[in-house]
Amino acid sequence: MKKKRTTVRTTQGGNGKKPKRAAKKAKNKPEILDLTTVDEIIARYHGEKGALIPVLQEVQGHYGYIPEGAVPRIADGLKVYQSSIYGVMTFYTQFNLKPIGRNIVRVCCGTACHVKGAERVSSKFREVLKIPVVETTEDRNFTLEQVACIGACSLAPAVMVNDEVHGKVTPDEAVTILGQYKK
Amino acid sequence: MTKKSSKKKVPGKASGRKAASKSPVSGSRSSAGKKSVRQRKIAARTKARIMVGMGTCGRAAGGVKVFEALEQLLKAGKVKAELEQTGCIGMCSQEVLVDVQLPGRTRVLYGNIKPVKEKHIKVLEQIVEKHLIGNSVVKEHVLGQIRPTDGEKPFDDVPYYEELSFNSAQERIVLRNCGSMDPESIDEYCARDGYKALTKALKEMTPDEVIDEMKLSGLRGRGGAGFPTGLKWGFAAMSKADEKYMICNADEGDPGAFMDRSVLEGDPHSILEGMAIGGYAMGAHTGYIYVRAEYPLAVKRLNIAIAQARERGLLGKNILKSGFDFEIFIKQGAGAFVCGEETALIASIEGKRGMPRPKPPFPANHGLWGKPTNINNVETLANIAPIILKGGAWYAGFGTEKSKGTKVFALAGKISNPGLIEVPMGKPLRDIIYDIGGGCPGGKEFKAVQTGGPSGGCIPASLIDTSVDYESLAQAGAIMGSGGMVVMDENTCMVEMARYFLNFTQEESCGKCVPCRVGTKRMLEILERIVDGKGEEGDVELLKDLGEDIKAASLCGLGQTAPNPVLSTIRYFRDEYDAHIHEKRCPAGVCKALFQYKVEDPFCKMCGLCVKKCPVGAIQGGAKKLAKIMDEKCVKCGVCIEVCPFDAITQIDAREKVEV
Repeated sequence: MKKKRTTVRTTQGGNGKKPKRAAKKAKNKPEILDLTTVDEIIARYHGEKGALIPVLQEVQGHYGYIPEGAVPRIADGLKVYQSSIYGVMTFYTQFNLKPIGRNIVRVCCGTACHVKGAERVSSKFREVLKIPVVETTEDRNFTLEQVACIGACSLAPAVMVNDEVHGKVTPDEAVTILGQYKK
Repeated sequence: MTKKSSKKKVPGKASGRKAASKSPVSGSRSSAGKKSVRQRKIAARTKARIMVGMGTCGRAAGGVKVFEALEQLLKAGKVKAELEQTGCIGMCSQEVLVDVQLPGRTRVLYGNIKPVKEKHIKVLEQIVEKHLIGNSVVKEHVLGQIRPTDGEKPFDDVPYYEELSFNSAQERIVLRNCGSMDPESIDEYCARDGYKALTKALKEMTPDEVIDEMKLSGLRGRGGAGFPTGLKWGFAAMSKADEKYMICNADEGDPGAFMDRSVLEGDPHSILEGMAIGGYAMGAHTGYIYVRAEYPLAVKRLNIAIAQARERGLLGKNILKSGFDFEIFIKQGAGAFVCGEETALIASIEGKRGMPRPKPPFPANHGLWGKPTNINNVETLANIAPIILKGGAWYAGFGTEKSKGTKVFALAGKISNPGLIEVPMGKPLRDIIYDIGGGCPGGKEFKAVQTGGPSGGCIPASLIDTSVDYESLAQAGAIMGSGGMVVMDENTCMVEMARYFLNFTQEESCGKCVPCRVGTKRMLEILERIVDGKGEEGDVELLKDLGEDIKAASLCGLGQTAPNPVLSTIRYFRDEYDAHIHEKRCPAGVCKALFQYKVEDPFCKMCGLCVKKCPVGAIQGGAKKLAKIMDEKCVKCGVCIEVCPFDAITQIDAREKVEV
């Protein structure tokens, strides 16, 4: 618990770029968010066809979510309507419109995991973190999600925390797993 | 594709161009009788080699820890060996797998090395001591040895890996390299005949000959629909346009299927090679791999593979001096199941909401950015290189009359040996489930197997002798699908299973057409009330009617197949639906509204363990007091049953308890 994590964990999206601890930043100064990175990302994709989704992914990779202020900039930069951007953001499950936790816990609820009791694992995580699915803990340490399948069916039930997969998870192990990612 | 992006995504590009003019592939030269330095080095290995299974399943089982521990041991030890990582060999239940190969000896597989506490270090020390230094096998942990190919000396008393019951019925074409080479090394891929097929196609074959070879092979799309690949390529080749696109569909969304992930992680170059051959056949110069963002390791390995191939001049301009240009880019999906559908996938690459559109026009005529586009699934593409190299007739030698070749299945669920398997088409389900999979664990009775994910259906135990090919599975009300096989035992409720799948498709429905958007919602509501014990007379008939309508009227494959899990369970497990509706009873004891827990008086020893463990405090009692479950509070999680040392808590039908 006391041990401080030094490694920066990758959040979803982005092309392997290291995200900053945006969530923390956002917590301290929720309004004044430095959006120059958004412009940098847009500039790199200038003139490319079908750039909207990769741009959104990189923006999310950097900030952990897509800040409201980024949308008009992306619309200007890529010459797309803001409404189209919202359309895309809300269509795909990957995009977060709210700040997320430093660690993302994804409980797999694929068929194999479902058959092997993923629901019990999921409810244990909800119980321990005291949040429903697709919510973030108050200290912004964890975001809990349920995903359809992470492809680790032979190790069902599986849980993915950030980019690490934990296999054959029992409800009791939920606490141990979360312990590894406490600040 | 604009030049911009290639500059951005390819750090090794500049050097890659230079390299292209020099020696292209190490492996490709061997046909001319001259082996490259690297290849000779691989053939005559002088150093011992250790490989650790580090696919997603290997990692989840602790592969990284095992790898690190071995690194430490080798650093400190008296012995030198090359330590490498490899992909998934398919025996996921035995992960973490460690392979050891001494020079001149067969490769030996050790399994089940779980990094629990410090136990694995002892096992690894043993392996280093006895095998690497002592030149003998650590019998307790060995799984098998790979049959020698280059006159390596086998070990006595160690079974051959190929003869293990898990492997004996398998035929590995797609998975030829998975788990036996380092997926991040292009040299190893080349040493295993990699890129030889591309060389052959470019130097010895015309595009039409490539397509004819594909037609001869009888390969059908492995993504689910089973459309003949040769025909598909032919259509795209016939379309006239200044620009065409080749897309690899790696948006493996079916819950319960992971073969595409394993191939991408274990043998990424085979996909690149298949795409390049396809591009050559149809005249496309740009390829996209649309891969799920949920597969970070696959994305990483694909990026490495693309950079390596560019460096060798196997991708890029003027490949192997043939004048053929081909570039591959990765597009990451953003989490939408419907994007597995061709037209939705194209919309997603174009940066739009991934919604399907009516066909025709088919993508072969009007696809990505309005240009002719061909889309193949990962497994399909992994089959291309062997077909070109060994000939379509060779491939057509496997399988049945209408379904040629092999198929990879992801065996999961209630099965003793879950994993990735590849069998010739036409194999009976029984062989797969019992001989390879080892049946249901714990002596439980096999009830059904679900194939094809949310688009497929359940095949009951009575049809276990069904042959696994496109036609027979369709006849049984299921589909081949992408290859997920989820096994269910007596403790799985089929109604609940149907509800689960419908919940999935309902959530993933893009909402464009009414039958799918509204129809699946209504079906889900009916199923939810049945599972809740509120089912009404006529519900099953209503489900059937709705299901048929949705199948007939939906726009894309998602809606057209969404009712399948429901219809197939009604067909084979009508009695379970009836029990839920009429008797308010769940025969498998899964549906929470239909059962309760009861403490059996004479068995309860009043230890109080259940009271302590109950997460919601629904059990009264404790030391010297009989436990009593308060039904209003109970969430039916089953913890009390698990922890009770005397098996004093049992599950009974909800009605029964009321009567008591």
